[in-house]
Amino acid sequence: MIRYFSSNFSHLILLIGIFIMIIPVWLIFASSTHTASIINTQGLQFFLGDKFLENYTKVLLYEGGFFKEITALKMFLNSFLMATGVAFLSVISSLMTAYVLVYFRVKYATLLFWIIFITILVPLELRIFPTYSVMSTLNLVNSYWGLIIPISASAIATLFFRQFYKTIPDELLESAKLDGANTWRFFIDFLVPLSKTMIVAMFIFMFVFGYNQYLWPILVTSSEQYWTVVMGLKMMSGSIVNKFAFVIMSMIPPVLIIIVLQKYFIKGIFQDK
Amino acid sequence: MSFLELNKVTKIYPNGTKAVHETSMNVENGEFMVFVGPSGCGKSTLLRMIAGLEDITEGYINLDGILINKVDPSDRDVAMVFQNYALYPHMNVYNNLAYGLKNRGISKEDIEKKVNEAAKLLQISEYLQRKPSMLSGGQRQRVAMGRAIVRSPKIFLFDEPLSNLDAKLRIQMRLEIKKLQQKVGVTSIFVTHDQVEAMTLADRLAVINNGLIEQLGTPIEIYNNPKSMFVAGFIGSPQMNFLEGELKNKTLTSEGFEINNVTSDFNGPVILGIRPEHMSQTDKGLINLSVDLVEQLGSDNLIYGEIKNKKDFCFRCPGSQIIKKGSKLSLNINDNNYYVFDKSNGNRVN
Repeated sequence: MIRYFSSNFSHLILLIGIFIMIIPVWLIFASSTHTASIINTQGLQFFLGDKFLENYTKVLLYEGGFFKEITALKMFLNSFLMATGVAFLSVISSLMTAYVLVYFRVKYATLLFWIIFITILVPLELRIFPTYSVMSTLNLVNSYWGLIIPISASAIATLFFRQFYKTIPDELLESAKLDGANTWRFFIDFLVPLSKTMIVAMFIFMFVFGYNQYLWPILVTSSEQYWTVVMGLKMMSGSIVNKFAFVIMSMIPPVLIIIVLQKYFIKGIFQDK
Repeated sequence: MSFLELNKVTKIYPNGTKAVHETSMNVENGEFMVFVGPSGCGKSTLLRMIAGLEDITEGYINLDGILINKVDPSDRDVAMVFQNYALYPHMNVYNNLAYGLKNRGISKEDIEKKVNEAAKLLQISEYLQRKPSMLSGGQRQRVAMGRAIVRSPKIFLFDEPLSNLDAKLRIQMRLEIKKLQQKVGVTSIFVTHDQVEAMTLADRLAVINNGLIEQLGTPIEIYNNPKSMFVAGFIGSPQMNFLEGELKNKTLTSEGFEINNVTSDFNGPVILGIRPEHMSQTDKGLINLSVDLVEQLGSDNLIYGEIKNKKDFCFRCPGSQIIKKGSKLSLNINDNNYYVFDKSNGNRVN
């Protein structure tokens, strides 16, 4: 009885939480299907209107910016490239860093790891000036690489992979050695497949992280060509319904990637072997 | 020249611990050698040095006429079965067996043939498509052996492979390992702390203690003729009884009895060792035992009791004999089957 009550109760709390989070989103979505004049005169709408197609196509193809060089479609492409790039690079670099820290006979590997870990305390925003100056020296300002590289080393992902590798028994490595696997083969044939779920989880994590970047893209790009969706949210001109439509569309990629990969995501975060 | 030669092999860990002391031994082609000893005695370290998983601090190891001290483990052509099997969890059984062959650049057809042969030999053909997590302990054990066999290595190394199995399965797998080794004929080294496993599997046995080989020989030689108190106590079950005593002019005095004409010139304090199975009941025997406890195993009875100052003295008699707790027994040692050790260093003196 108590269990029945408590499980219902926790469901209730979850439902309330879901409503609190969903209602604003729904309001924006419903409002984005009306004309601007309705919103301006009657405020946010709770029910769907009939201008869905019109508003959304207009936003996708609308040429924004001061020089009219950018469309929403292009922004989605930019954001996608940036997020995927960040996700790929950070997963690969973290995998390899963790491999070296755990399996190579590195002196002071633990100390090195903690030094890497401390970088969490120094987010990009804090080191933005030196980072910009490095990017500018490398001529990477106004380029996709400039958007991607500075945020594609992740101490968190390194931590996750390192902790996972530490749970893999040494005998596996020894057995692989006797079976003729060299350093590279052990990584490719064993560690990568064994950490598959975690790789996917970290990929999602870093994808969303890359997608959500705002300050860094603003700094490193001056050309409208490289605007990302999150920048566009701020920069976009046009009527209120178009902005609403854009906000709704901007939410789709991260949600989509989580829905598609959620099976792995949950497995990866809550470690099963 | 022997197939495997260990010459003054020594292992010192970076922290200064000496795990193996100048160990020398030869293993002949096709021989089943067992390293037995208590945990931490260095037997696994010795095995891992042969496999190449531990560096050799001093000395050298020759395998099939080649010095392998500096040879990479993958090039030594040795196969090892680990205690926890170390199967590759993400590969099915087929790929577990095939992986080592793939890395050696063997053609697909040959791999398939070899894997199927090994699977048939070990009766795991039905499981080839399964992942290790879907197999029972005994099946995993077979896969681990299959992975070793399939490569037809120069030498098999077993690192306590049976200790994760339950008692019944352990006996069964022990038998299978022995049969398999006789069938395949590959030189094998088997590490265990279980003396029954050691006795049953070995062609020859190396009893290791504190990083030193205490005695090397066939199981029966070691059982009949232990060179030291450690070996005598380690081999044989139930354990040999040890009694304190004094040897003077070939006469041994101990716990209320005397043995004359001991074949030894040693004089001084000694330890007398008598195996529980080397005694029998008589009317006026040497040893008077007052029974405290009887363990009935069915085929045998193990009688524990007290003789003068020594407690838990064990005597083994046929299960048909009914002996009650509290009774007094008179025992004789059969055929002078007793062992005398120097008390100061444990060396055998008779």
